[in-house]
Amino acid sequence: MNDFIRQLAEITGPGFVSGEPEERYLYSMDQGTMPPVSPDAVVMPGSTEEVQQIMRLANKHKVPVVPMGGGLVLSGLTRALHGGIILDMKRMNRILKVNPKSRYAVIEGGASEGMLQAYLKKHHPELKHSMPDAPPIATLAGNICIHGSGHLSVLGGFHSDMLTGMEVVLPTGEIVKSGSCSVSTDWFARAPLPDLSGLFLGWSGTTGVVTKLGIRLFPSYAHNDMLIFVCEDADLMPDVISRLTGVQVAEDMTPWMTPKPEWARGFLHINISYGAHSKKELTFKRNLLQASVKKYSDQKIAGFLPMPPPQKSRFLKIPSSDLVTFADLRKGGGFEYVGAIMAIEHFAEAYRAGLNIARTYNVSYSMGARIIGAGHAMMFFYAYAFNRADPEDIKRAQHALEATNTAALEIGGIPWKSELPAQKQIIDKMDPGTFNLMNKIRSVLDPNHIMNPGNWEK
Amino acid sequence: MQRSQISNLGENVVPEIKFDPELCVTCETIDCLMKCQYVKFAGISDAKAEKSKINAGEESRVLNECLTCYACQEYCPYNNNPFYLLVERQEEKGILPAPKPIIEEQLRMMGPRGRITPQKVRSPVVNMCAFPMLAGCVRGKLFEGASVISGNDMFCNIMWLHFAKNSVIRERVPKMIDNIMSFYLTDSKIDEMVCFHDECYGTYTSVADAFGISVPFKPVHLFDYISGRLDELSDRIKPINTKVAYQRPCSNRLSPETDKMLDDIFRKIGAERVPRKYDRENALCCGGVPRAQQRDELADELVEKNISDMLSTGAKYCVFNCPFCMATLGQEVAEHGLMPILVSDLVLTALGE
Amino acid sequence: MWLLRAWLDGKITLSQRFAEIMFSCTACGNCTEHCPFPGFKNLLLEAFTSGRESFLDDGLVPAGVRDYLTRMQLHGNPYGLPGKKRADWAAGTDIAPFTDQEYLFYAGDEGSYDNRGQEIARSASRLLAKAGISFGILTGGENSDGNDVRASGETALFEDLAKKNTDLFNNKNVKKIITLSPHSFNSFKKDYPKLGGNYQVFHYTQILAFNMGKLKFRENPEPVLATYHDPCYLGRHNLDYYSPRMMLSAVPGIKIAEMDRNKKNALCCGGGGGNLFTNVLSSGYESPARSRAREAKATGAKIIAVSCPLCAIMLEDAVKTEGLAGDLRVMEISEIINDRIM
Repeated sequence: MNDFIRQLAEITGPGFVSGEPEERYLYSMDQGTMPPVSPDAVVMPGSTEEVQQIMRLANKHKVPVVPMGGGLVLSGLTRALHGGIILDMKRMNRILKVNPKSRYAVIEGGASEGMLQAYLKKHHPELKHSMPDAPPIATLAGNICIHGSGHLSVLGGFHSDMLTGMEVVLPTGEIVKSGSCSVSTDWFARAPLPDLSGLFLGWSGTTGVVTKLGIRLFPSYAHNDMLIFVCEDADLMPDVISRLTGVQVAEDMTPWMTPKPEWARGFLHINISYGAHSKKELTFKRNLLQASVKKYSDQKIAGFLPMPPPQKSRFLKIPSSDLVTFADLRKGGGFEYVGAIMAIEHFAEAYRAGLNIARTYNVSYSMGARIIGAGHAMMFFYAYAFNRADPEDIKRAQHALEATNTAALEIGGIPWKSELPAQKQIIDKMDPGTFNLMNKIRSVLDPNHIMNPGNWEK
Repeated sequence: MQRSQISNLGENVVPEIKFDPELCVTCETIDCLMKCQYVKFAGISDAKAEKSKINAGEESRVLNECLTCYACQEYCPYNNNPFYLLVERQEEKGILPAPKPIIEEQLRMMGPRGRITPQKVRSPVVNMCAFPMLAGCVRGKLFEGASVISGNDMFCNIMWLHFAKNSVIRERVPKMIDNIMSFYLTDSKIDEMVCFHDECYGTYTSVADAFGISVPFKPVHLFDYISGRLDELSDRIKPINTKVAYQRPCSNRLSPETDKMLDDIFRKIGAERVPRKYDRENALCCGGVPRAQQRDELADELVEKNISDMLSTGAKYCVFNCPFCMATLGQEVAEHGLMPILVSDLVLTALGE
Repeated sequence: MWLLRAWLDGKITLSQRFAEIMFSCTACGNCTEHCPFPGFKNLLLEAFTSGRESFLDDGLVPAGVRDYLTRMQLHGNPYGLPGKKRADWAAGTDIAPFTDQEYLFYAGDEGSYDNRGQEIARSASRLLAKAGISFGILTGGENSDGNDVRASGETALFEDLAKKNTDLFNNKNVKKIITLSPHSFNSFKKDYPKLGGNYQVFHYTQILAFNMGKLKFRENPEPVLATYHDPCYLGRHNLDYYSPRMMLSAVPGIKIAEMDRNKKNALCCGGGGGNLFTNVLSSGYESPARSRAREAKATGAKIIAVSCPLCAIMLEDAVKTEGLAGDLRVMEISEIINDRIM
């Protein structure tokens, strides 16, 4: 390994490679509950060419490579399960191009959500991208590759739906492009070509290393507002969501259900955010949203919380800071959630399953969802806080997470950015033909099976 | 007026609102309804018919259309508590001015927490009610030596008048009074409490009287306190010589006599309270409560009317005494070039603080 | 934090490499600023300092840190120069020794011994005099403020330095101090009161900001775009982002272009926590100072204005290494002003 590290250092320079215990410790885990696994080394490439050289070297020596962005996935996807190297992409963080008319940006594989947000605010205040509610250091590439979602997901779907093209280094070292950038100098869309981007989306880093990507941008409004809808009956939620998304004005909709603070226990809320170019337009949009669920407010069984403007500012912050507060609920800063992607009609079932699990395992919970598209799907999440310094507490949270994955699959949902045990559960339920094709594709792209091995395996 | 009726509702004996139906029978003007800015009547006979339905505990459209602005309490020339009675009837009939989950959630949010601890206090004791975040307003010479008390455990609970929940007022207000006495006033041998908000003053005077709740301390209205302090600090006053528009809150309708004290305050600090279409008896709701009633378009209209009215006066400040009105209108007011400010802060400005 | 936790949990051991990581911290306070956990965030820097203390106890200290602390211990300054040379910077000026003036002017280690620091000390004191401020200096005998020694975890040495200084200041009946360095400012203001040193402490920009009206500027000055670099110990640690900006905005002809990272988000020059002397942080392309120099360049400014001698030294080196010396000058604020007054 020492010789291998020396060769890595020749590629990146010695400051960007380490096989020391400190780095190996730091890169052995994320903030979630998966047990640590130490890599043999960590390397931070500075360019696509360096990534290419690293992949060639690793492929030659059959050394496993785990690509990593912010390392904030919480489900342990960036642990080197079979040893080898963690390829930390954070140095490749440039924003390469913004096309304001066609509304897209081209960025490097390690650029973070916060960097793009700050860049657009400064250079293109009329544009924004869909921020996930992750720490701003989360990378765009990482989030897109796990099919993340965010503050514009009602408008634009999953973040992977907002991808317009990619540059990827294959496990064997070739550079490939997908989308319009493979034919044109413009990165406007994945259409109308065979969509090769799918080879790298949702694969948990088992097929290649994303070095550049194009993403859609959206108008940033001068006026922004939000509403909080509240009801007491989970069975109403699918219809409410369908009605609210039906008017097509919301940018983001996030239901939330939490027992803390105490006043919120038992109530189902939906935060709905929307923006407009003028106040008049903003009021018009609000009226459309309110009219869509008038059926329920007229019956006095649900409605919108009255909120003076100063109270709203906290909810208009992007990314939201609420999850951070929750993460420290049990003190010790442990926090993990299972997100399950599912159809919105399963809302009530999913909610009740979460309540049962929290009761059974005695865990602090918070539940919620992010609506994707015009009610096309949702990412329903179950968050459990635990004290990282208390092994019993971690174990309880782990059991709760496992039970949640099982429940989500039973409901007809699919665990999102699934950790190892959940991947196996998904594969068990998956159409065998699908899994066979996944393996065939993997063996073609990665003949030596060096890319994040251990993931998506039976 | 002096008799307190007892009605037997099942097993619970609930004291009814202090109210004399005979006064309404003989009333010729029905000001309580005729002066209403939100519910319209064809004429006095229409208003009278609706009022007698309310009094008799029958269905009336007013129970559904009421904006709960408290104004009828002020309009009634006989102090016959028309608003409290109306809310009583709403609750009896299960009429919900706002969706149930919104009311339920607020009931929990504003419920007592049991987190109060005994504390020695000094006079003047200033009650900030459930708004500890405004404790910073109590400062300077104006409030020299004051003890501030606040928190959910001494919430005046008057807000339930907006939500057809007189029962909650009956249940919680005596507890709050007990908290104030036993945790603060009794041990410190103090029998006066300055109410920073109209809401609290209204609760411990008008509401307590009408609901038959006894108040063992003397509530002092903020305006009364400030006016007295200004006399003591007269040599420090630097007149601000500015026009101010005042946004009179609903809860001041419960103590209309204090509105004149505000005139005194403004006069003492050199502020000119500009004549507004929507001030004094004609004050218009800030638009906050209608949003809870899911009447946002009406709320927008009220905001617009208030703002354009203020702008037409050439005032520099928009002065509030109600923190909720300020939260509702403040931003909009500022966007239109007026400076939103609380009465106490305006006075502090005049005192050079 | 994770490494410290791992060490406390017995998952990793103290090592040279771990020591390098710990001592590369400049105590810039950015972690505190951005940590979302209330309460906990305020303990971050203390946790790092305590962590470094453990390395010192175990003798696992990078050579640069060891030498730095040794010089501090032996000579009372990080240069290893004699204490009596402390006032040499003022030679040739008419600055009086401190007797009964309103303020003591404390030039600090860099202002006393470093060539560039001395220029800055002379410039700032000249401007204070022009503004009619009554001050004097000590002529040897004082020690380093010890701010960065404290941050390095060597608490006993810090307390020793502070004790000597407070004894001296108290003997001289010092009531008010103007410091050149924000590091001294921080230490005198926050740590000395606990050790018997109670003074009204000001950074020189805080005095000058309110005396700009007393200065007479030359007419028709050349218009120049400047960017201001916030020093950590004036900005994040003491929340004064405005005194230096007030000064700059009062200078005819100077326009300020802010860097992307400014005020509470400002990037540290990399010189804090003793790093100016210990060189634990690399001086490579991605070093804080060079990164900051490029950021300043991107604003289009011709001057990086600084209000800390450490920042001046660090950034000047970085500007040279980046090859930007031709079109970007590092100037301490009083130097900019001295150039433009009559």
